[in-house]
Amino acid sequence: MNTTMNAPATQAGTLDIRGLRLTLPGTARPVLDGVDLTVAPGETVSLVGESGSGKTLTSRSALCLLPPGAVTEGTVRVNGDDVLTADADRLRALRTGTVAMVFQDPRAALNPLRRIGDFLTEGVRATRTAARARATARATELLGAVGLDDTVLRKYPGQVSGGMLQRVMIAAALMGEPALLLADEPTTALDVTTQAEVVALLARLRERFATALLFVTHDLDLAAAISDRVYVMYAGRIAEHGPAKQLFEHPRHPYTAALLASTPRLERTGGRLSAIEGRPPGLSTALTGCAFAARCPLATEVCDERPPELRPVPGHPEHRAACHHSELLEGSADA
Amino acid sequence: MPEPTDVKVLEVSGLRRSFGAVRAVDDVSFAVPEGGSLGIVGESGSGKTTAARIIVGLERADAGEIRVRGRSRTPRVRGRAQRLARAREVQMVFQDPYLSLDPRTSVGAVLRETLRLHFPHIDHGRRVRELLDQVGLGSRAAEALPRRLSGGQRQRVAIARALAVEPAVLVLDEAVAALDVSVQAQILNLLADIRERTPIGYLFITHDLGVVRCVTDDVIVMRRGRVVEAGATADVLGGPRHPYTRLLMDSVPRPGWDPERIAAARRAL
Amino acid sequence: MTAVLTRRPGLSGIRAAGSPLHLICLALVVLVVTAAVLAPWLVPHDPNVVDLGSALAGTSADHPLGVDAAGRDTLSRLLLGARTSLLGPLEVVAFSTLAGVAVGTAAAWRGGRLDSLLSRSTELVFAFPGMLLAILIISVYGEGLLAPVIALAIAYLPYVSRLTRSLVLAERARPYVSAYRVQGHSALQICLRHVLPNIAPVVLAQATINFGYALMDLAGLSFLGLGIPALTPDWGRMVFDGQTAVQHGYPLSAILPCVVIVLTVVAFNVVGERWADRVARRDR
Repeated sequence: MNTTMNAPATQAGTLDIRGLRLTLPGTARPVLDGVDLTVAPGETVSLVGESGSGKTLTSRSALCLLPPGAVTEGTVRVNGDDVLTADADRLRALRTGTVAMVFQDPRAALNPLRRIGDFLTEGVRATRTAARARATARATELLGAVGLDDTVLRKYPGQVSGGMLQRVMIAAALMGEPALLLADEPTTALDVTTQAEVVALLARLRERFATALLFVTHDLDLAAAISDRVYVMYAGRIAEHGPAKQLFEHPRHPYTAALLASTPRLERTGGRLSAIEGRPPGLSTALTGCAFAARCPLATEVCDERPPELRPVPGHPEHRAACHHSELLEGSADA
Repeated sequence: MPEPTDVKVLEVSGLRRSFGAVRAVDDVSFAVPEGGSLGIVGESGSGKTTAARIIVGLERADAGEIRVRGRSRTPRVRGRAQRLARAREVQMVFQDPYLSLDPRTSVGAVLRETLRLHFPHIDHGRRVRELLDQVGLGSRAAEALPRRLSGGQRQRVAIARALAVEPAVLVLDEAVAALDVSVQAQILNLLADIRERTPIGYLFITHDLGVVRCVTDDVIVMRRGRVVEAGATADVLGGPRHPYTRLLMDSVPRPGWDPERIAAARRAL
Repeated sequence: MTAVLTRRPGLSGIRAAGSPLHLICLALVVLVVTAAVLAPWLVPHDPNVVDLGSALAGTSADHPLGVDAAGRDTLSRLLLGARTSLLGPLEVVAFSTLAGVAVGTAAAWRGGRLDSLLSRSTELVFAFPGMLLAILIISVYGEGLLAPVIALAIAYLPYVSRLTRSLVLAERARPYVSAYRVQGHSALQICLRHVLPNIAPVVLAQATINFGYALMDLAGLSFLGLGIPALTPDWGRMVFDGQTAVQHGYPLSAILPCVVIVLTVVAFNVVGERWADRVARRDR
């Protein structure tokens, strides 16, 4: 399933973000600063970060859903087409077909006054002039795929549970047969047992429809559990990326390591958590060096002077970390 | 840490509350020893938040008794003295730090307001500085309005506000759920520090078993209003006896996690 | 938020940001209020001195805006009339806002039976035209400014109370209110210190809009000869007095107060709507 990362130039990913830099008016530093990210066809990639890290903006750039006043550099390609320079018609086609999105709070993303059936079919009917019967047939089929029956079609969002609603959202996202599914914290508003169900569903659907999945989350454990590759973002930059297991077990960026260490876990036996002191840099301070330097136990002068570049970890070419002292973390498998 | 003694700061017995036909809280009993920490774990609809709201007095119980330091908590309050006495028994920290502070009131004013109400005769300026220091905020934060603070800082203010009353029990309703992981660890450590220094008892309402593991001595697991399992945290999480507890534990994502199996187990339960 | 200010959609163009019209309206509001406050020192003539010799005279150096049919100076009457014409709506707005906020807050806070009682009875007032109510009260109480003011205040109260009720309901659901309750603050303290200041901007914006409507309604009443005593200078009354002059081909003394009423109402509405927009946009 995992496509090779070594030759991204020859094999265009379903989503291919290169050097994306996004600046908003009134901020001292770019909100996104040189983000490179690829999602290969059929691959599941997680994008992990705290609030304000730019993870949501990065995922939304695939739909060109950018905040007003945003100035961008770099390219965002979906199936080879540049999204940022696309005209309105192409964007519309992109949003209704190629790329679909599942939001964090399904209740907020649905119009409570319309039946679920109408919600499911309106996108297809609006763009492809598919007949009502055909659209409904497809909706029923997809609801079956997400484990719901067609009685849901007649119901209103208020009449079903949050977990069911999120499954409806996923079915709706699949209506346009997308090549790429963007899931922005799709399980954060759900209970833990429901989360497992939704994740299981996403995994099943990915195999069945060969959809590429970009899973945006703040939960590193969840990301490691479900995805092929993981990107960790901090203050608008990619701090580290690599195969999920490798990154989780041998983090090569102090931020990833600290994040893993500060997560309260079942296996942990009492004692204090090793919290990361301080907080992420705000948008009002310009960054001269590494964004994490102020909170980093390994930081030296060089970290304040120039930003580290993403360098491959020796022996693991597909695992890259942006840290001047990456090698110091070698062997610190458990955090 | 003061060793947990036999004195119970909080005793809840036979708590019941129905909303229409739904039994939100159904015969729930537990106790928190002095200086102890009890976790209530459950998913949405388990009744854990309703139980918490009954204990702090935001909701009424149909039946059951709540005793704080052996004194029964009366459901109806009459007059200012009773209201203040009740407030000094139990305080609460809410989930959403963005909504639990009045947007128009500065941090210092929030604390002074509480101190004026409960301790009109002490030096408020000094106590405000003490409280801010206790929760790891500088005195400069006193002038700030909530919108100038980050989520973690706001939650520190909310904790300081609860501590200002010097309550016997602190109810924490998903108090770290809305925070980022790195900030969450800071707040959990802060709460552990406070418990070391004061005889305060914690009632920790959460859905996160990792958090329970970190900050509680005992735990009860609630499902559909009922307690399905109770015991020392290490025992319950070390060897869960009820299938629901096991399901909850299995649902926590980790490497080698099999969501498909969990989904099947959930349907079977 | 479900709370919606009652207002006119047609003014949306005028409300646009940076519109010079808004500035003109703001200046107009300031001008009218200043004129009302300083009127006794500004008037060139006693507004009630009858100078029949120059009745219906046009503009002149002595009478810049002419003289009405009874020989009274129009400018002086307009200036002094601003006092009655603005004081009335001010009292209406003050009373309806205070009482409406009290009723709305009580209904939302206590809920249950008190809520139904208060909400139903204010809705009853909705069903009864304000002007009709005013005429009814005036016919009982007789002449004077008090009766129409009370009548209109009652008629305007439901707009404020309904808005307040929905605002307080939304505010009350916020955890900070629960936090204060857990802390042992009394309901009254929480309402006065926290809930009301948080909803005040929206309510005050509605009050400003109400001011314009109240001015128009009061002017209408005094045009009908109700309420304002005959000799008191008042814009609505001036329009009424000017009717005969219009029939005789001297429209100035009737048209001027009309223009002043319309401009003042529009100015207050635009300023109020703009304020309401700003409040609605403000992010918390």
